Amino acid sequence: MSMETTATTVAPIEPPRVNYLNSEYGIKSWLLTKDHKRIALLYLGSISLFFLIGGIYAMLIRLELLTPQGDLFQSHTYNKLFTQHGIIMVFFFLIPSIPAVLGNFLIPLMIGAKDLAFPKLNLLSWYIYTLGGLFTLWALINGGVDTGWTFYTPFSTTYSNSYVILAGIGIFINGFSSILTGLNFIVTIHTMRAPGMTWFRLPLFVWAHYATSLIFVLGTPVLAITLLLLVFERTAHVGIFDPAYGGDPILFQHLFWFYSHPAVYIMVLPGMGVVSELIANFSRKNIFGYSFVAFSSIAIAVFGFLVWGHHMFVSGQSVYAGMIFSFLSFAVAIPSAIKVFNWTATLYKGSISFDTPMLYGLGFIGLFTIGGMTGLFLAALGLDVYLTDTYFVVAHFHYVMVGGTLLAYLGGLHYWWPKITGRMYPEGWGRFAALVIFVGFNLTFFPQFIAGYMGMPRRYHAYAPEFQVLNVMSTAGASILGIGLLIPLVYFIWSMRYGRIAAANPWRLPGLEWRTSSPPPTENFEVTPVVTWEAYEFAPAESTKVVGKLQPGDKPDRPVLQQG
Amino acid sequence: MQSFVPFIPERASTFADRVDGLYFYLVGLTAFFVLLISLTIIFFVIRYRRRSQSEIPRPIAGSHKLEILWSVIPFLIAMSIFVWGASVYFTQYRMPKDALEVYVVGKQWMWKIQHTTGQREINELHIPVGRKIKLIMTTEDVIHDFFVPAFRTKADVVPGRYTTLWFEATKPGRYHLFCAEYCGTNHSGMGGWVIAMNQTDFDQWLAGGENQESTVSAGQKLFQSQGCISCHGANGEGGKGPSLVGVFGSKVKLEGGAIVEADEEYIRNSIRNPQSQIVEGYTQPLMPTFFKEQLDEEHLLQLLAYIKSLTPANAQSNGGTTTPAPPPQNKEQTGTTGANPKGATGSNPVLKMQPGAQKSPGQ
Repeated sequence: MSMETTATTVAPIEPPRVNYLNSEYGIKSWLLTKDHKRIALLYLGSISLFFLIGGIYAMLIRLELLTPQGDLFQSHTYNKLFTQHGIIMVFFFLIPSIPAVLGNFLIPLMIGAKDLAFPKLNLLSWYIYTLGGLFTLWALINGGVDTGWTFYTPFSTTYSNSYVILAGIGIFINGFSSILTGLNFIVTIHTMRAPGMTWFRLPLFVWAHYATSLIFVLGTPVLAITLLLLVFERTAHVGIFDPAYGGDPILFQHLFWFYSHPAVYIMVLPGMGVVSELIANFSRKNIFGYSFVAFSSIAIAVFGFLVWGHHMFVSGQSVYAGMIFSFLSFAVAIPSAIKVFNWTATLYKGSISFDTPMLYGLGFIGLFTIGGMTGLFLAALGLDVYLTDTYFVVAHFHYVMVGGTLLAYLGGLHYWWPKITGRMYPEGWGRFAALVIFVGFNLTFFPQFIAGYMGMPRRYHAYAPEFQVLNVMSTAGASILGIGLLIPLVYFIWSMRYGRIAAANPWRLPGLEWRTSSPPPTENFEVTPVVTWEAYEFAPAESTKVVGKLQPGDKPDRPVLQQG
Repeated sequence: MQSFVPFIPERASTFADRVDGLYFYLVGLTAFFVLLISLTIIFFVIRYRRRSQSEIPRPIAGSHKLEILWSVIPFLIAMSIFVWGASVYFTQYRMPKDALEVYVVGKQWMWKIQHTTGQREINELHIPVGRKIKLIMTTEDVIHDFFVPAFRTKADVVPGRYTTLWFEATKPGRYHLFCAEYCGTNHSGMGGWVIAMNQTDFDQWLAGGENQESTVSAGQKLFQSQGCISCHGANGEGGKGPSLVGVFGSKVKLEGGAIVEADEEYIRNSIRNPQSQIVEGYTQPLMPTFFKEQLDEEHLLQLLAYIKSLTPANAQSNGGTTTPAPPPQNKEQTGTTGANPKGATGSNPVLKMQPGAQKSPGQ
């Protein structure tokens, strides 16, 4: 075991040892691996690729919107750009990002397990994700899709002349990878916690993933059904959604949002889990109101299923349905508010460091607060009638998805990078990039709130000239944001070879994932850990090295462990 | 006249002040909470920054009092927004009875507008100031959305049904009309202007142009040319089919005992899909189904206008105030495509409505 290190002293280099990265070599050892850590890296690679594609689409959209006339692309092309940006970012980046990369890597480590409950299913889920991604890419390369990521009928089933079916099949397939991941997490968290790792000793990251997994398992099948019906109607003209065949176009919206609103929580709940870790660990404090933060995740997952109708206040649903959905939408905001207050209170009398992950964590709280509060604008019926389908909505969900989820994902990547790769990223560059991203993000999306309230509709290829100033600001911001995002890409890759070697516990934290070497061995821990400490129980460095062994006579959930 | 407020678009309807008021309330709340959270965070991270690498702060378990406080207060605030938002929504979506009706048909990628007096417009809507306007809208293809930012309201326009939208302009001007629901290639080009005018200017505008045929009169001609008269009578008084006099707005008793209100949607449904709602006593399937190819959305709206005009009071004398125009052509009597499952069934159901409705529509 190495000594713990600090930023000021030179890290004693750990003796070279077998870890999950160097235990086997060769393509085959990766493509056939059952190790959750290697699968997480497979996901990291493919998700980064999709993020890059989605990001290129975003830049093309912003370039077109630099001028009011639709001069850079044809309307048809522009419509494909925003559709494909949405599909790639939602289904192939945001939904799998944190669960499939960080969750996959960390849940077994955090609960003291050797792997997930179903390692083969885990590998299968990556293959399914890749297959779904290939289908979708095929649709894009063939000619693309122009329905919007929402696939509203009857446009998507009857009128669009683009590759709706291929893209739909891609998303349909991809859904099964979500379901398998969710299933795997639920079973793992229930059955594979180490001795002593009670439910209320779980890191909040695990609670958040548990809540997310519930939505994965319960929500995703509805999306699969919806897409299947869409494909049936488009190919066989079965009358489901198109009134010309006797269908109901509003039914599609109900089915679509029944999944896609909970999917918003799939995207943001894991981010909240990451931020809980960042805030607690980088202020060396146990989280304020642990059980409130934990149960608010579950509450969000449950109530998130009851608010889909708030996407449809102007679609012709009954006024009373609108009232109920509005009320429930306000109710679901409360658990999020509870989290924000508790994170803030956690900082009180802490020992706060300004390492890169913490910068992302703090940035998340601020931007998520704006994203959440502007959600209230859209839940308020009379105001939503005006704001829906304008840029206000675009700004709102980018504050939640980019300001929230993406920042949490980046924060998490920095935080666990030493554990994942055994190397440190360059701290100075890290802080610099975090700052650039924060500034670029706000410059991109804040003007869109104003454009929205000024009445600029979304998904517009050409727009009225009075909106130009705001759009130029947005495009300028997007350029800064784009550069900011390239910096970590470069130094992460650089650090894998040249980064400073990371100690087992470079941040000096009590979590189980820090009590094994960096990178961890294939079996995660050399001995089965026995947990005798509470979540976020900070202690002097010596005692946080303890992993423990069951002593004769110990009961698994209540060990009598000799300290030291 | 409202004064200029930065970042607030023109206010030109009776809703504008109410929507803006709610908006300011929310902007204020957002500013308060964002400042509260960020200033607290900034204070904490400076005050409690890490001073030594080995320091371990004392754990704090949490506080039930605080948790209750910051659950209940946000909940109460949220409820205040909910109530306010719902009350604005009610005024937006409860249709006034005394409004001037205008028919709107969306089509990729244009707005086709028919005034009851017969004027037709494309991508422009002329309206009088200070008068409630009710739009009865549908679309020939995909979902669109009629959005006038200066009026602070919008509504989706959905194929296969009518949706309604109302507003009252408060000052003359030219206001953006946008399609707000993505509808395909030229979505961003599907817009135009709403032109609000003083009543006198509006009357002048109505009087201008060639001799227009009112929608009622156009509808009456369709009623004859489409053969409705053979069962429903020359003036809608009924025959083999139920009487249509006074049916609009009345309660209709259906076969099987259900009672429905004969609103626009009901009339539309009885023409497009006559089998689905059968008036009590008219079980013989005589009424043909009228598909889009025979009777497009604009014609259907004219027919609707005619049926609405058939009140007991003016049943004998309605319509026909202008010179007859050639009746609309039946493009293809066969109508349906092979892809349409209903075309294959070729069902021939009957439209039946209970005579003896009392309520007459406004106007």
